[in-house]
Amino acid sequence: MLRLEKLVKTYKTGDQALKAVDLVVPEGQVLALIGPSGAGKSTLIRCINRLVEPSSGKVYLGDVELTGLSSGNLRRERRRMGMIFQEYALVERLSVMENVLSGRLGYVGFWRSFLRRFPQSDVDEAFRLLDRVGLAHMADKRADELSGGQRQRVGICRALIQNPALLLVDEPTASLDPKTSRQIMRLICELCKERGLAAIINIHDVALAQMFVQRVIGLRFGAVEFDGPPEGLTPEVLTTIYGEEDWEATIEAVDEDDIEAAE
Amino acid sequence: MSDLDIVIGKPWRKPSFIKRPWLRWALIVGFVAYLIAAYLTVEVNWSRVYEGLERGKKFVLAFTSPDFTTRSTDIYEGMVESIIMTIASSVVGIAISIPIALGAARNIAPLPVYLICRSIIAVSRALQEIIVAILLVAIFGFGPLAGFLTLSFATIGFLSKLLAEDIESMDKVQAEAIKASGAKWTQWINYGVQPQVMPRLIGLSIYRLDINFRESAILGLVGAGGIGATLNTAFDRYEYDTAAAILLIIILIVMALEYLSGVIRARVQ
Repeated sequence: MLRLEKLVKTYKTGDQALKAVDLVVPEGQVLALIGPSGAGKSTLIRCINRLVEPSSGKVYLGDVELTGLSSGNLRRERRRMGMIFQEYALVERLSVMENVLSGRLGYVGFWRSFLRRFPQSDVDEAFRLLDRVGLAHMADKRADELSGGQRQRVGICRALIQNPALLLVDEPTASLDPKTSRQIMRLICELCKERGLAAIINIHDVALAQMFVQRVIGLRFGAVEFDGPPEGLTPEVLTTIYGEEDWEATIEAVDEDDIEAAE
Repeated sequence: MSDLDIVIGKPWRKPSFIKRPWLRWALIVGFVAYLIAAYLTVEVNWSRVYEGLERGKKFVLAFTSPDFTTRSTDIYEGMVESIIMTIASSVVGIAISIPIALGAARNIAPLPVYLICRSIIAVSRALQEIIVAILLVAIFGFGPLAGFLTLSFATIGFLSKLLAEDIESMDKVQAEAIKASGAKWTQWINYGVQPQVMPRLIGLSIYRLDINFRESAILGLVGAGGIGATLNTAFDRYEYDTAAAILLIIILIVMALEYLSGVIRARVQ
C-alpha cells in the first residue's frame, strides 16, 4: 500500500539522512522503525508526507506517486496520512475539540473552519473518537491543560479523524512515563487493527517496539540494516544497528514485559 | 604530574571577554577619555538656567492649581478629536499590519514577499512621526486627517515588525501538525499560527493604542489636529494652568489604558 523506491534525502548541510531506502508496507501492517538518534527515522516519515522534501527517489501511496504532486494534490493526499508527533504537537492555545477537528481541515472550506462551523458528521466523529480514548469530558478544555498522556491521545484523535489509510507516528512515547508509553502504544496498535490501518512507528524503545508490532525495520546512517519480525532482534542484530553494547538486559526486559502484558 | 595537579590549589577567574590585556585597557581608557571630552563640549549658560528656573517653577506650580474650566470646550473638543484619531488610526494600522507581518516572517513567506514587506516596515520605521506629520499636513492641510494618516503609517512599522518576529519564533511543530492534515494555507495560518501569536498581537495592539494616544498629543504641535493643538495654544499664551489640566488628563487616560491592557493581557494568556 505504501512503497518507497530509492528514497534519498540530502540536507543542505551535506548530511545524507537517507541513502536509497527501499521499503514496502502492505495494507494493515504496523511496523516499527528503530535506530540510533540521527539515523534518519524522523526524516524518513517526514519524506513520506513531504513535510521534508525528498532529494530523489519515489514514494507511492496506493497508486499515487506522492513525490511528483503539485501542492494542491499533495494536500489532498495528505488527508490519507494521519501523523502523530513526538511531544504531541497540539496547538496549545486551541481547545481539545478544535485540535481534533483540525484533522478535518483538508476536507472543509476556509470559512467553515474559520467560523468553527464543522459539519455535524465531523463533530459527531470527534466526540466518538474522544470517547474511545476516554477524553470526551475534556472536549472544551484547552490543550495545554492536559497531561502528556492525555495530549498524545488527543493527537491520536486528530490523526484518526482524517480517516487516513496510513498512520505516520514519530516517537509517540518520547516524553511519557513507562506505563503511559505502553498505554499509548497499545492504543495506537488497537486502533490500527480496528480500522485496518497501516502504520510506521518511529520509536527509541526497542523493548516497547517488540511488544506491539509485527515487523521491525532497523535504520543506521540512513540505510536499512534489519527488516524482520521482532523476534529476530538478537544481540548481534542490535549491535549492527546501534553499535557494541550489552543487549541481554534489553531483551530479557522484553520477556518480563510480555508476561506482564499477558496478565 | 597530571593536568589536574597543575590546576588544583590555583585560583580560578572567568576568562576576560577581550583576551589581550593591552587592547582591553586601551579600550577602557579610550572610552573614559572620550566620555570626559564629550561632556566638556556641552555648553551650559548658567545665567539663562537661573532665569529659566523661575519659569519652570511656575509651570510645575500650575499643576497644583490646574484650570479645567476656562478653556473647557477647547479641551473637550481636542480630547474627542485625539481619541477619534487614536482609535481610527490604531484599527486601520493594525488591520494593514497583520498581512504585512505575515509577509515579513521568513518562516512562512517566500523570499520576494519577505523582502517587499520588510522594506515597507523599514520605510515606516525610518520616518519619524513628526516628519511624516509635517509632510501630510503640507498635503492634506491642518486637521485630524493628517494626524490619522500619520499614526496609521507609524503603526504599520511598529506592529508588523514585532508581530513578524513573534511569528518567526513560534513553535514550528505545532504549525507542522496542522500542515500534515492537508490544510490549505489560510487554514494553516488560522489554526497553526494565529493561536500561537494571538496574545502577543493583542498585547502589542493595546500598547500601540497607548502610543498612538500619546503621539496624538504631540502631532498637534505641527498642526495635525487633536489635543496637541490645544496644548500648543495654551503654551503659546503662557496659560500654564490650562496646559497642566490637559497634561493631567493625558496622564490619566494613559494610566487607564495601562490598567486596561494589564487586565486584557492577563485574560488572553
